[in-house]
This record gives sequence, structure tokens and C-alpha cells, in this order.
Amino acid sequence: MNNIILGTLTSFRALLVFPLLCLYVLVFLPPAEADSGKLVITGSSTMAPLLLEIGKRFEATHPDIRIDVQAGGSSRGIADTIRGLADIGMASRTLTPEENHLHGTVVAHDGIGIILHVSNPLQELTNKQIRSIYSGETTNWQQVGGRDGPITVVNKAQGRSTLELFLQYFKLSNRDIHAHVVIGDNEQGIKTIAGNPNAIGYVSIGTAQYDASHGLPIRLLPLQQIPASLDTVRTGVFPLSRPLTLVTKSSPKGLTKSFIEFAQSSKVHDLILQQYFIPF
Amino acid sequence: MLSPSNTIGETGATLMVWTAVTLIATPFLWLSGDLLWYGWHQLSINFVVSVPQNAGREGGIGPILVSTGLIMTVCMAVAMPIGLGTALFLSEYTQNDQVSGRLIRGSLDVLAGVPSIVFGLFGNAFFCQLLGLGFSILSGGLTLACMVLPILIRTVEESFRAIAQDQRLSAAALGISQRATIQHILLPAAIPGVLVGCILGLGRAMAETAALIFTSGYVDRMPTSLMDSGRALSIHIYDLAMNVAGGNSNAYTTALVLIGLLLIINLSASWITKKWTTLNQLPS
Amino acid sequence: MILSSNNISSHSKTDLHVLWSLQVFAVVAGSLLVLVIGFILRESWPALSRLGLTRLFTDPGWFPTEHSYQLTPIIGGTMLAACGSILLAAPLGILSALFCHFYAPPLLGKWYRHMIELLAGIPSVVFGFWGLVVLVPLVASWHPPGPSLLAGILILTLMILPTIMLITHSSIAQVPSAYIHSATALGLSRWAVIWHIVLPVSRIGMLTGVFLGLARALGETMAILMVCGNVVQLPSHLFDPIRTLTANIALEMAYALGHHRSVLFMSGLVLMGLVLCFVSVAEALRHKANHAIAK
Repeated sequence: MNNIILGTLTSFRALLVFPLLCLYVLVFLPPAEADSGKLVITGSSTMAPLLLEIGKRFEATHPDIRIDVQAGGSSRGIADTIRGLADIGMASRTLTPEENHLHGTVVAHDGIGIILHVSNPLQELTNKQIRSIYSGETTNWQQVGGRDGPITVVNKAQGRSTLELFLQYFKLSNRDIHAHVVIGDNEQGIKTIAGNPNAIGYVSIGTAQYDASHGLPIRLLPLQQIPASLDTVRTGVFPLSRPLTLVTKSSPKGLTKSFIEFAQSSKVHDLILQQYFIPF
Repeated sequence: MLSPSNTIGETGATLMVWTAVTLIATPFLWLSGDLLWYGWHQLSINFVVSVPQNAGREGGIGPILVSTGLIMTVCMAVAMPIGLGTALFLSEYTQNDQVSGRLIRGSLDVLAGVPSIVFGLFGNAFFCQLLGLGFSILSGGLTLACMVLPILIRTVEESFRAIAQDQRLSAAALGISQRATIQHILLPAAIPGVLVGCILGLGRAMAETAALIFTSGYVDRMPTSLMDSGRALSIHIYDLAMNVAGGNSNAYTTALVLIGLLLIINLSASWITKKWTTLNQLPS
Repeated sequence: MILSSNNISSHSKTDLHVLWSLQVFAVVAGSLLVLVIGFILRESWPALSRLGLTRLFTDPGWFPTEHSYQLTPIIGGTMLAACGSILLAAPLGILSALFCHFYAPPLLGKWYRHMIELLAGIPSVVFGFWGLVVLVPLVASWHPPGPSLLAGILILTLMILPTIMLITHSSIAQVPSAYIHSATALGLSRWAVIWHIVLPVSRIGMLTGVFLGLARALGETMAILMVCGNVVQLPSHLFDPIRTLTANIALEMAYALGHHRSVLFMSGLVLMGLVLCFVSVAEALRHKANHAIAK
């Protein structure tokens, strides 16, 4: 009876060797060139969708090359680049003095905007009001001239450059912030606010405009009476803007170099504009 | 089997038990109903084979299924020989009270209790960074292999121990070498146990998310080699639910696919066990 | 197995080769735990040696980018979520095991058990997803903001309940039926039999289940990451968001560098210690229970 079940699995050796063989075949069958033709790009969730599109266009002209993009925050991009886990890091801010040993290339510009749910009737908030909402002094929309409803404060997680710039601009410290939800990626923030009519948050203007134009119920607020839009960021009037930077460990060479040059060239301007960023 | 009497305490207890059962059954039915209701209408061959588009909001899960399959293959290809070898060693060469056997068994028991996120930390430090595998299907599969080894070894060892001692003694009396005994007597007899162990391990690996976030990565494209980063089904659900506004409907369908696969895995494990017990009861 | 070196009819060396290769496999499997612990220790060593354990409790808060690493609110959140879910899941699990044995019509009892087994097989990310889509808005409509300790406790309850229920179920099944039959013959009511006979006899099994459930609740990552809001604070009530040790690792591991990364590994070590404590208590209890039954 046993032999019937055993059937094809003929011997002890086959049972042991077969899986190992499978593994080796899987590891070594794809030739090593697949590795040399691969770029790993990690970091800022603001930049990830843009780089994904640029990567696709780059691949179309370079058929042997594969470009993998993973989000996770600007600090991750820089950390991965330093550790060698990524070839290129994405950072949606300027490099700090401590990061001067890295090589940064600006590919586009973006701003940070305050977003609300579309059903929130509030048209404007002053910087002071925003500060008091984020430090937990204002807890109801009525206190800032809105409808009655408790405010849900959505804050960014540490290691996100959006958080750093936001704090810097509003002269807040992370310790003062009284948040109800801590989010990672921009999209997570937009999803949280789209699902909660009383929430307030701040995300990349590019991402917010892209999602709003694709039918999500969110709305950007003007900052100091300057509307958050492509135009105000382009002309530099919008107060909260930042460069989108590609980071490499040393000055780029070979494939990395040709990719970064491609990302800076006018061949990708339409892609940058599609994502609501300003080309370099 | 016990007849209820009609005191107040008795009625209260009965009421309590039925309330508890309703409290548990409701969310379960709600959850499964939700998954079926929102996930089913999108489920099609096309969804299963096509490429995710627009960050997963549209399109299907083709490359994600391939990545999941590759991660599972790596995991089982590594875990199976080690698990089988260790189980054979434990059941055939160590007594219960022997130090080496107790040490290995004890350490495997402890390993079984380690939370999966800790395996993720380990995999990230060891496979991704020290061995330089980076975020890849290989790192993810190896990390999962470490995680499923304890459950695999325990099931396989039990199935070896269940083989009657007579068979080993008769083999030894006939002067058959141990290698031949293992190959022709023990392994054939334990095949179902080995299969069940592998299937259970596979099920645990497939349900895992936390150990994969930092080892196999997020890339949702068709992998071309084991060194590519690949997104597993569970991570796809996580990403759609957390990071993609408007990704819920695809997340529902993906969850349905994942649960369907797990159900098949678990059912086949219990089917094999059942089949084997009835087979063994027949005179051979 | 009888070694064939003692066997006069076989002098082949293949047996030694087999033994040797099996030993290699066994050593690999056995040393895995050492490797895992060793690696996590190695990675957390910079923090352990430079910062020390006390800084995890005396720093002004959890601000890793400002090099301040206080874990108290995170450990507190973890414990609150785990204990809260045990408080709910233990009675529910035990009651449903009783249901299967004493209250349900046979067919319904069998179906109910299958349902619980299915519940045990649902991956945690699916629980998290459902919690995020259904439970969190529900909690928010009751008391904003929604992602909260309560949502975490409810989801964890669903996840650990099968563990408790299935272990209790099998330990109740081991209660000698003679006990129950004689008690019934003496005219004791159903609940009296349960309260005075079944529960005391199977209490060790139940405790085992509770401790295993607690260990699972502590180590759970994805579901809790998705429904708890992830704000680092000691909650003042059930509707406050919290962050657990596991969620903290999952959220910050990606970009952590230097001491921050090291502290995260250290928190992994703390977590592993906590979980292993509960698992070993459960194992000891199981051992005791087996012993008692063997007698």
C-alpha cells in the first residue's frame, strides 16, 4: 500500500536533492547580466510614482534594463543609499550639511499643502490657527469658524521630509504636536482624510492634486492666502516648497548616470507635469 | 447530553453561552460575507493573470502571484531538506532524554514562539545586508524558511515516530543498512506526514506579512530572477489597504484569492491525514 | 535505530554518511535560534552598550530623529492591547468551547468548531484590512478619531480567540466522561456540572490557551499596525490611538540608521523576551497537564 503513495517520489535521494536542484536552477538560470542591468531606487513616497513612470519610459528605450522603485520616506532613501541597498535614493528635500558627502541631483519641485475633506466648508486657515490645531489647543472646527465637529489631526511619521519641512515652516517641534493618526506615505494620508470628514492633514501638493483630479474627496487649502497649485509653486510664491532630489553615494557613473540625466532631460517633462510637479 | 434544569442560574448560564457564540459568529460571518460580497464580482481569470495598474487600483495580481509562488518555492526548497533531515535525526538517532535531542527540540520550540516581525528584523540584518542579497525574493524565502522550520520538523518527526518499532527491528534483523531502511521503509511510510508538514508550513508562510516587509520588498512587477524584489499577496493587500486611496475593491479580491489558496492548502492537509488513517487501517 | 556498526552482516559506510549528513541538518536547524538571537543582539549591541537599558525609560519621549528613545508609552500600549484582548477573548473562547461540548446540538457544534478553525486560518493582514475598512469607521462614528486602542483590542480578540477556544476544547474533551456522568446521575444541573467538575478539571489546559493567546497578541504586527493609529502615547481612554512595539518596528525599520536602528532591534529583543516568557509558561503548564493526565 505504501508503495502506491510513494509512486513517483522514487528515492530518498530524489526527495532531498530535487528541491535543492530547483533552488539552484532558479538562482543561477537567469544570467548575471540581469543584475548589472538593474537599478534599485528607494525613498520618498512623494517621488515614487514619478520615478516609476520615468523608469517605465527609460526601460522602453533600454530593453535590457529593469528599474525597481520602492517608497518608504526620504530618510529611507538616504539610509538605503548609504548602506548600498539602493543605487539611487529619492529625497523630497535638500540634503542636510551632514549628508554633504552624498551626491544630490534635483529633478523637480513640489510644495506641501494642507488638505481637508471635500465636505468641510472651511475656506481658509491662518498659520496661527494651523499651529494651534496641530499643538492640540484647538480641538473643534467651530473654534476656527467651521461647523461643529471634533478635529482629527493627521500627522506624518518621523523620517519623512514632509514632516520636517512642515515643522520648520510652522515653527513647531514634533514634541508639541498632538496627533490622532500618524501616517507614512502621502497616499495613506490622503486615504485617511478622504475617509474622515473632520480630518486635517498635510501632503505633497503634487500627490494631492493628482488624487483630487482622479475623483478623491479631498481639497487643498491656500496658505497665507496663496492657493496651493502648480503655478504658485512654479513662480516660487508658494511659501512651502521643496526640491525633489535624486541621491547617489558618489557622483553618478554608468547606468546610474545615464538614468539621472534622463530624469533631468526634457524627455520626461510631460511625465513630471502629469504628476503635478514642476520640472527642473 | 445533559438535560437542562429550569433554575434561574441555569437559564442565565445558557443565555451567556449563546450570547458569547453570537458575539463570535457575527463578526466572522460579517467578515467573510464582506470579502465575498465585495471581492467576488471582480474575481476572474483576467484578474488573476493580469498586471496591476495605477498602483494596484486597476488591473490584476499576475506578477504578485508569481512572486508569491517563487517565495514559497525558495522557502520550501530550503526548509524541506533541512526539516526532513532534522526530523529523521531526532526520531531515529536520539532518545527523548538525550542531551543533543533535547537541545535541538528545545531550541526549535523556542523558535516557534518568536514573533514574525523579529524574523523580519533577523532576515533584514542577515540575508539582506550581511549576505548582500538585498530586498529580494531569495531573502524573503530564506527568512520564511527559518520561520516554518519548527512546525515542519515537529509534524514530520511525529510521523516518523508513529511508525511501528517492529519495522525497524525487522529491517535490522535482515541486515539491511540504515540508509536502505530509511529509503525503503521509513520514508515511504512517513510520506503523508511529510506532506502534511510541508503543507502546514506552506500555509503559515503564505499568511505571513510582517517578516516579508523588510526582506522581499514592495515591487509589484513580474520578477525575472530570484534576486529581484517581489511583492507577496499579503503585502499587496497591506499596501492597497493602507497606501492606495481607492484600492479597497482590489484589496478585497486579493484577500479572497489569498484566503482561497489557504483554504485549499489546509483542506488538502486534512484530506491527506484522513486518507492516510483510513489506508493504514486496511490490512496491507 | 540500531547502528549497523553493530550489525555483522553490513560493513558498508553509507550508514555513517547518512548519520553524518542528518547530523549536519540537525545542527543547522538547532543553531538557527542561536543565529537569530545572536544577530539581533549584534545589531542592538551599539544601543545596549552606549545608551544602556535605562535610557529606554528615562528619555523625554520617543523622538528617534532627535535621539530620544523612550519606549515606556510603546510598551504600555502593547501591554494594554494584549491584556485588553485577553480579557475579552478568554471568556468568549472558554464559553464557546463549553458551547461545543454541552450546549450545541451535535451538528451545530461541529459546524461552529469548523468556523473557529477557519477563523484561525485567516491571515492577520486580512483582519487588519477588514478592521481598517469596517471596524475603524464604526468606532469613529461612535467616538472619533476611530483608529484606537479599542479597535486594536477588538481585532486582536478575534485573532487570538481560536487559540484559546481550540486548546480549551481539547482539554475539556480530556475530562473523564465518568466524572460528568456520575455528576449528572447525582442530579446536578448542567451548569453545576460545568462549574464544579469540568472547569476545575480542565483549568490547566485553559490557562495554557490563555498564555499562548497572550503571546500571540503581543507578537501580532500587521492587524494592529493597520487599526491602532500609531501615535506614541499612553492612552487615557479606549478611544485614544496607540502604537505597539511590533508596529513601531514595522513603521520605522525602513529608514532607521545608527542608534535608532539599534534601538529598534533592542525593542525586538524586548518583545521576543516578553513573548518567550508567556510561551514558556504555557509550555510548562501543558507539561503539567500531560503529567496529571498520565497519572
